[in-house]
Amino acid sequence: MLSNIEHQSVCEVRDLGLVDYDAAHGIQKECVARVLAGGAQVLLLCEHPAVITLGRLAQEVNILNLEAISRQGIRVVPIDRGGDVTLHAPGQLVVYPILNLAPCLPAGRQGNRDLRLYMHKLEQVTIALLKSFGIVASRISEKTGVFVRADNPSIRRATSTAGLTQDSAQESKCGTWLKIASLGIGVRKWVTFHGLGINVNTDLKLFDLIKPCGLDVRMTSIARIKGNPVDMSRVKQQLVECFKKEFGYEFRYAT
Amino acid sequence: MNFVTLPELGEGIEKATVACWHYKVGDRVQDDDDVVEVVTDKAVFNVVAGASGTLREILVRDGQEVRVGEVLAEIV
Repeated sequence: MLSNIEHQSVCEVRDLGLVDYDAAHGIQKECVARVLAGGAQVLLLCEHPAVITLGRLAQEVNILNLEAISRQGIRVVPIDRGGDVTLHAPGQLVVYPILNLAPCLPAGRQGNRDLRLYMHKLEQVTIALLKSFGIVASRISEKTGVFVRADNPSIRRATSTAGLTQDSAQESKCGTWLKIASLGIGVRKWVTFHGLGINVNTDLKLFDLIKPCGLDVRMTSIARIKGNPVDMSRVKQQLVECFKKEFGYEFRYAT
Repeated sequence: MNFVTLPELGEGIEKATVACWHYKVGDRVQDDDDVVEVVTDKAVFNVVAGASGTLREILVRDGQEVRVGEVLAEIV
Protein backbone atom coordinates (compact mmCIF):
# COMPACT_ATOMS: atom_id res chain seq x y z
CA MET A 1 0.00 0.00 0.00
CA LEU A 2 1.39 3.36 -1.03
CA SER A 3 1.29 6.37 1.24
CA ASN A 4 -0.80 9.35 0.16
CA ILE A 5 2.33 11.33 -0.71
CA GLU A 6 3.43 8.61 -3.14
CA HIS A 7 -0.04 8.39 -4.64
CA GLN A 8 0.09 12.05 -5.58
CA SER A 9 3.00 11.49 -7.94
CA VAL A 10 1.70 8.23 -9.38
CA CYS A 11 -0.76 8.02 -12.25
CA GLU A 12 -2.31 4.75 -13.31
CA VAL A 13 -3.00 4.40 -17.05
CA ARG A 14 -6.24 2.55 -17.83
CA ASP A 15 -7.12 1.82 -21.45
CA LEU A 16 -10.89 1.27 -21.68
CA GLY A 17 -10.88 0.63 -25.45
CA LEU A 18 -14.18 1.40 -27.21
CA VAL A 19 -16.62 2.19 -24.42
CA ASP A 20 -20.09 3.69 -24.18
CA TYR A 21 -20.07 7.36 -23.15
CA ASP A 22 -22.25 6.88 -20.06
CA ALA A 23 -20.22 3.89 -18.86
CA ALA A 24 -17.02 5.91 -19.15
CA HIS A 25 -18.66 8.80 -17.28
CA GLY A 26 -19.50 6.39 -14.45
CA ILE A 27 -15.89 5.16 -14.36
CA GLN A 28 -14.66 8.76 -14.24
CA LYS A 29 -16.91 9.46 -11.23
CA GLU A 30 -15.58 6.35 -9.44
CA CYS A 31 -12.00 7.42 -10.14
CA VAL A 32 -12.66 10.97 -8.84
CA ALA A 33 -14.05 9.48 -5.62
CA ARG A 34 -10.99 7.22 -5.29
CA VAL A 35 -8.54 10.10 -5.84
CA LEU A 36 -10.45 12.23 -3.30
CA ALA A 37 -10.10 9.34 -0.85
CA GLY A 38 -6.32 9.41 -1.37
CA GLY A 39 -5.99 6.79 -4.13
CA ALA A 40 -3.69 6.95 -7.15
CA GLN A 41 -4.46 9.40 -9.94
CA VAL A 42 -5.74 7.88 -13.18
CA LEU A 43 -5.30 8.53 -16.88
CA LEU A 44 -8.28 7.00 -18.69
CA LEU A 45 -7.88 6.41 -22.43
CA CYS A 46 -10.79 5.37 -24.63
CA GLU A 47 -12.86 5.81 -27.77
CA HIS A 48 -16.63 6.28 -27.82
CA PRO A 49 -19.29 5.13 -30.28
CA ALA A 50 -20.61 8.28 -32.02
CA VAL A 51 -22.20 10.60 -29.46
CA ILE A 52 -22.77 14.35 -29.23
CA THR A 53 -22.27 15.98 -25.85
CA LEU A 54 -23.34 19.39 -24.62
CA GLY A 55 -21.17 21.15 -22.06
CA ARG A 56 -22.71 23.44 -19.45
CA LEU A 57 -23.85 26.65 -21.15
CA ALA A 58 -23.81 24.93 -24.55
CA GLN A 59 -26.02 26.58 -27.14
CA GLU A 60 -28.46 24.31 -28.90
CA VAL A 61 -28.11 26.33 -32.12
CA ASN A 62 -24.70 24.70 -32.45
CA ILE A 63 -26.42 21.38 -33.13
CA LEU A 64 -26.90 21.86 -36.85
CA ASN A 65 -28.77 18.84 -38.11
CA LEU A 66 -31.00 17.20 -35.51
CA GLU A 67 -32.85 15.15 -38.10
CA ALA A 68 -29.66 13.54 -39.44
CA ILE A 69 -28.44 13.01 -35.88
CA SER A 70 -31.53 11.05 -34.86
CA ARG A 71 -31.62 9.18 -38.19
CA GLN A 72 -28.09 7.95 -37.50
CA GLY A 73 -29.08 6.97 -33.97
CA ILE A 74 -26.59 9.38 -32.41
CA ARG A 75 -27.50 10.44 -28.87
CA VAL A 76 -27.20 14.02 -27.62
CA VAL A 77 -26.09 14.05 -23.97
CA PRO A 78 -25.93 17.12 -21.69
CA ILE A 79 -22.90 16.78 -19.46
CA ASP A 80 -21.05 18.39 -16.51
CA ARG A 81 -18.02 19.73 -18.36
CA GLY A 82 -16.98 23.13 -19.64
CA GLY A 83 -17.23 24.04 -23.30
CA ASP A 84 -20.01 23.95 -25.85
CA VAL A 85 -21.12 21.10 -28.12
CA THR A 86 -18.71 18.38 -29.21
CA LEU A 87 -18.76 15.02 -30.91
CA HIS A 88 -16.97 11.80 -30.05
CA ALA A 89 -16.70 8.89 -32.47
CA PRO A 90 -14.49 5.85 -33.03
CA GLY A 91 -11.03 6.94 -34.17
CA GLN A 92 -11.00 9.86 -31.77
CA LEU A 93 -8.71 9.34 -28.81
CA VAL A 94 -10.53 10.48 -25.69
CA VAL A 95 -8.36 11.24 -22.67
CA TYR A 96 -9.80 11.68 -19.19
CA PRO A 97 -7.06 12.63 -16.70
CA ILE A 98 -8.30 12.23 -13.11
CA LEU A 99 -5.63 14.30 -11.39
CA ASN A 100 -5.40 16.00 -8.04
CA LEU A 101 -4.36 19.63 -8.58
CA ALA A 102 -4.20 20.40 -4.86
CA PRO A 103 -2.02 17.88 -3.04
CA CYS A 104 -1.16 18.80 0.55
CA LEU A 105 -0.76 22.53 0.14
CA PRO A 106 -0.53 24.76 3.18
CA ALA A 107 -3.72 26.75 3.66
CA GLY A 108 -3.87 29.85 1.51
CA ARG A 109 -1.41 28.60 -1.12
CA GLN A 110 -2.73 28.25 -4.67
CA GLY A 111 0.05 25.95 -6.01
CA ASN A 112 -1.27 23.96 -8.95
CA ARG A 113 -4.82 25.07 -8.24
CA ASP A 114 -5.00 26.90 -11.52
CA LEU A 115 -7.60 25.85 -14.09
CA ARG A 116 -6.04 27.83 -16.91
CA LEU A 117 -2.56 26.43 -16.19
CA TYR A 118 -3.96 22.88 -16.17
CA MET A 119 -5.78 23.35 -19.48
CA HIS A 120 -2.64 24.93 -20.93
CA LYS A 121 -0.73 21.80 -19.91
CA LEU A 122 -3.29 19.56 -21.62
CA GLU A 123 -2.84 21.61 -24.79
CA GLN A 124 0.96 21.31 -24.45
CA VAL A 125 0.66 17.51 -24.15
CA THR A 126 -1.42 17.44 -27.35
CA ILE A 127 0.99 19.72 -29.22
CA ALA A 128 3.93 17.50 -28.17
CA LEU A 129 2.01 14.38 -29.21
CA LEU A 130 1.28 15.83 -32.65
CA LYS A 131 4.89 16.95 -33.01
CA SER A 132 6.00 13.34 -32.49
CA PHE A 133 3.89 12.52 -35.55
CA GLY A 134 5.54 15.32 -37.55
CA ILE A 135 2.58 17.69 -37.24
CA VAL A 136 3.07 21.32 -36.27
CA ALA A 137 0.16 22.38 -34.06
CA SER A 138 -0.51 25.28 -31.74
CA ARG A 139 -3.07 27.01 -29.59
CA ILE A 140 -4.90 30.13 -30.70
CA SER A 141 -5.25 32.93 -28.17
CA GLU A 142 -8.70 33.14 -26.55
CA LYS A 143 -9.69 29.75 -27.98
CA THR A 144 -9.18 26.55 -26.03
CA GLY A 145 -8.13 23.49 -27.99
CA VAL A 146 -5.36 22.61 -30.44
CA PHE A 147 -5.24 23.79 -34.02
CA VAL A 148 -3.13 23.31 -37.12
CA ARG A 149 -2.74 25.83 -39.89
CA ALA A 150 -4.70 25.02 -43.03
CA ASP A 151 -1.54 25.83 -45.00
CA ASN A 152 0.56 23.60 -42.71
CA PRO A 153 3.34 22.01 -44.82
CA SER A 154 2.33 18.58 -43.52
CA ILE A 155 -1.19 19.17 -44.89
CA ARG A 156 0.17 20.27 -48.24
CA ARG A 157 1.98 16.94 -48.43
CA ALA A 158 -1.30 15.20 -47.71
CA THR A 159 -3.05 17.00 -50.56
CA SER A 160 -0.80 15.22 -53.03
CA THR A 161 -2.27 11.90 -51.87
CA ALA A 162 -5.03 10.74 -54.19
CA GLY A 163 -8.51 11.12 -52.76
CA LEU A 164 -7.65 13.74 -50.20
CA THR A 165 -7.12 16.68 -52.54
CA GLN A 166 -10.72 17.81 -52.69
CA ASP A 167 -11.41 17.61 -48.95
CA SER A 168 -8.26 19.45 -48.05
CA ALA A 169 -9.00 22.18 -50.58
CA GLN A 170 -12.43 22.55 -48.99
CA GLU A 171 -10.87 22.84 -45.54
CA SER A 172 -8.49 25.55 -46.71
CA LYS A 173 -11.32 27.71 -47.95
CA CYS A 174 -12.95 27.71 -44.51
CA GLY A 175 -10.28 29.77 -42.79
CA THR A 176 -6.67 29.69 -41.78
CA TRP A 177 -7.00 27.18 -38.93
CA LEU A 178 -8.27 23.64 -38.59
CA LYS A 179 -9.09 22.17 -35.21
CA ILE A 180 -7.56 18.80 -34.35
CA ALA A 181 -8.25 18.47 -30.60
CA SER A 182 -10.96 19.76 -28.28
CA LEU A 183 -10.83 20.29 -24.57
CA GLY A 184 -13.40 20.55 -21.81
CA ILE A 185 -12.94 19.77 -18.14
CA GLY A 186 -14.78 19.37 -14.88
CA VAL A 187 -13.26 19.88 -11.42
CA ARG A 188 -14.45 18.66 -8.01
CA LYS A 189 -12.39 19.68 -4.97
CA TRP A 190 -9.49 20.28 -7.36
CA VAL A 191 -9.69 16.76 -8.79
CA THR A 192 -10.09 16.90 -12.57
CA PHE A 193 -12.35 14.89 -14.88
CA HIS A 194 -13.41 15.03 -18.55
CA GLY A 195 -10.49 16.18 -20.72
CA LEU A 196 -9.39 15.89 -24.31
CA GLY A 197 -10.69 14.57 -27.61
CA ILE A 198 -7.92 14.18 -30.18
CA ASN A 199 -8.92 13.29 -33.72
CA VAL A 200 -6.70 10.43 -34.84
CA ASN A 201 -8.71 8.46 -37.43
CA THR A 202 -12.13 10.06 -36.79
CA ASP A 203 -14.70 10.14 -39.61
CA LEU A 204 -14.63 13.94 -40.03
CA LYS A 205 -17.94 14.04 -41.94
CA LEU A 206 -19.69 13.53 -38.58
CA PHE A 207 -18.61 17.01 -37.50
CA ASP A 208 -20.93 18.47 -40.17
CA LEU A 209 -23.76 17.65 -37.76
CA ILE A 210 -22.61 20.26 -35.26
CA LYS A 211 -20.77 23.55 -34.93
CA PRO A 212 -17.92 22.23 -32.77
CA CYS A 213 -17.44 24.36 -29.64
CA GLY A 214 -19.61 26.98 -31.32
CA LEU A 215 -16.72 27.87 -33.62
CA ASP A 216 -16.73 28.40 -37.36
CA VAL A 217 -13.84 26.05 -37.81
CA ARG A 218 -13.32 22.84 -39.76
CA MET A 219 -12.03 19.78 -37.96
CA THR A 220 -9.09 17.70 -39.06
CA SER A 221 -7.33 14.56 -37.83
CA ILE A 222 -3.88 13.00 -37.69
CA ALA A 223 -4.95 10.53 -40.42
CA ARG A 224 -6.23 13.35 -42.64
CA ILE A 225 -2.97 15.23 -42.34
CA LYS A 226 -0.73 12.18 -42.77
CA GLY A 227 -2.86 10.79 -45.61
CA ASN A 228 -3.18 7.38 -43.93
CA PRO A 229 -4.91 5.86 -40.89
CA VAL A 230 -2.65 5.86 -37.84
CA ASP A 231 -2.11 3.02 -35.35
CA MET A 232 -4.17 4.06 -32.29
CA SER A 233 -2.05 2.03 -29.84
CA ARG A 234 1.05 3.95 -30.96
CA VAL A 235 -0.79 7.24 -30.40
CA LYS A 236 -1.79 6.12 -26.89
CA GLN A 237 1.77 5.10 -25.99
CA GLN A 238 3.12 8.37 -27.29
CA LEU A 239 0.46 10.33 -25.41
CA VAL A 240 1.46 8.74 -22.10
CA GLU A 241 5.10 9.72 -22.81
CA CYS A 242 4.01 13.32 -23.44
CA PHE A 243 1.97 13.36 -20.20
CA LYS A 244 5.01 12.08 -18.33
CA LYS A 245 7.17 14.92 -19.66
CA GLU A 246 4.58 17.65 -19.00
CA PHE A 247 3.28 16.56 -15.59
CA GLY A 248 6.28 14.67 -14.19
CA TYR A 249 4.20 11.87 -12.66
CA GLU A 250 5.19 8.25 -12.65
CA PHE A 251 2.81 6.49 -15.04
CA ARG A 252 1.97 2.83 -14.49
CA TYR A 253 -0.20 0.68 -16.69
CA ALA A 254 -3.12 -0.92 -14.85
CA THR A 255 -2.95 -4.69 -14.84
CA MET B 1 -23.44 32.94 9.39
CA ASN B 2 -21.04 31.68 6.70
CA PHE B 3 -20.67 32.85 3.13
CA VAL B 4 -20.07 30.66 0.08
CA THR B 5 -17.71 32.67 -2.11
CA LEU B 6 -16.16 32.13 -5.53
CA PRO B 7 -12.60 30.93 -4.80
CA GLU B 8 -9.42 31.75 -6.73
CA LEU B 9 -9.54 29.59 -9.86
CA GLY B 10 -6.17 30.46 -11.36
CA GLU B 11 -4.03 33.26 -12.65
CA GLY B 12 -5.89 35.64 -14.90
CA ILE B 13 -9.30 34.17 -14.07
CA GLU B 14 -11.34 36.96 -12.53
CA LYS B 15 -14.86 35.77 -13.11
CA ALA B 16 -17.03 32.76 -13.86
CA THR B 17 -20.63 32.10 -14.85
CA VAL B 18 -23.05 30.29 -12.56
CA ALA B 19 -24.17 27.08 -14.32
CA CYS B 20 -26.38 25.30 -11.80
CA TRP B 21 -27.13 24.96 -8.11
CA HIS B 22 -27.13 21.48 -6.59
CA TYR B 23 -29.20 22.69 -3.60
CA LYS B 24 -32.07 25.08 -2.97
CA VAL B 25 -32.78 27.55 -0.20
CA GLY B 26 -33.65 25.70 3.03
CA ASP B 27 -31.55 22.59 2.21
CA ARG B 28 -29.06 21.23 4.75
CA VAL B 29 -25.47 21.13 3.44
CA GLN B 30 -22.21 19.71 4.80
CA ASP B 31 -19.00 21.74 4.60
CA ASP B 32 -17.47 19.63 1.81
CA ASP B 33 -20.64 19.32 -0.31
CA ASP B 34 -20.43 20.71 -3.84
CA VAL B 35 -23.17 23.33 -3.81
CA VAL B 36 -22.89 25.14 -7.12
CA GLU B 37 -21.25 24.64 -10.51
CA VAL B 38 -19.57 27.61 -12.14
CA VAL B 39 -18.08 27.73 -15.62
CA THR B 40 -14.96 29.53 -16.74
CA ASP B 41 -13.17 29.12 -20.06
CA LYS B 42 -13.71 25.42 -20.84
CA ALA B 43 -13.90 24.34 -17.21
CA VAL B 44 -16.78 23.47 -14.92
CA PHE B 45 -15.77 24.03 -11.31
CA ASN B 46 -17.75 22.83 -8.30
CA VAL B 47 -17.77 25.28 -5.41
CA VAL B 48 -17.98 23.65 -1.97
CA ALA B 49 -20.19 24.89 0.86
CA GLY B 50 -17.22 25.53 3.18
CA ALA B 51 -19.48 25.26 6.24
CA SER B 52 -22.23 22.92 7.47
CA GLY B 53 -25.71 24.30 8.02
CA THR B 54 -28.81 25.43 6.18
CA LEU B 55 -28.62 27.26 2.87
CA ARG B 56 -30.35 30.49 3.89
CA GLU B 57 -30.02 32.53 0.75
CA ILE B 58 -28.82 32.08 -2.82
CA LEU B 59 -27.58 35.41 -4.11
CA VAL B 60 -26.77 34.64 -7.76
CA ARG B 61 -28.93 33.16 -10.50
CA ASP B 62 -28.00 30.55 -13.11
CA GLY B 63 -26.33 32.29 -16.03
CA GLN B 64 -25.14 35.21 -13.90
CA GLU B 65 -21.50 36.28 -14.04
CA VAL B 66 -19.68 36.37 -10.69
CA ARG B 67 -16.27 37.67 -9.67
CA VAL B 68 -13.61 35.91 -7.56
CA GLY B 69 -14.38 36.54 -3.89
CA GLU B 70 -18.03 37.39 -4.57
CA VAL B 71 -20.60 35.93 -2.16
CA LEU B 72 -22.77 33.28 -3.86
CA ALA B 73 -24.84 32.10 -0.92
CA GLU B 74 -25.31 32.30 2.84
CA ILE B 75 -25.25 29.32 5.20
CA VAL B 76 -26.59 29.51 8.76
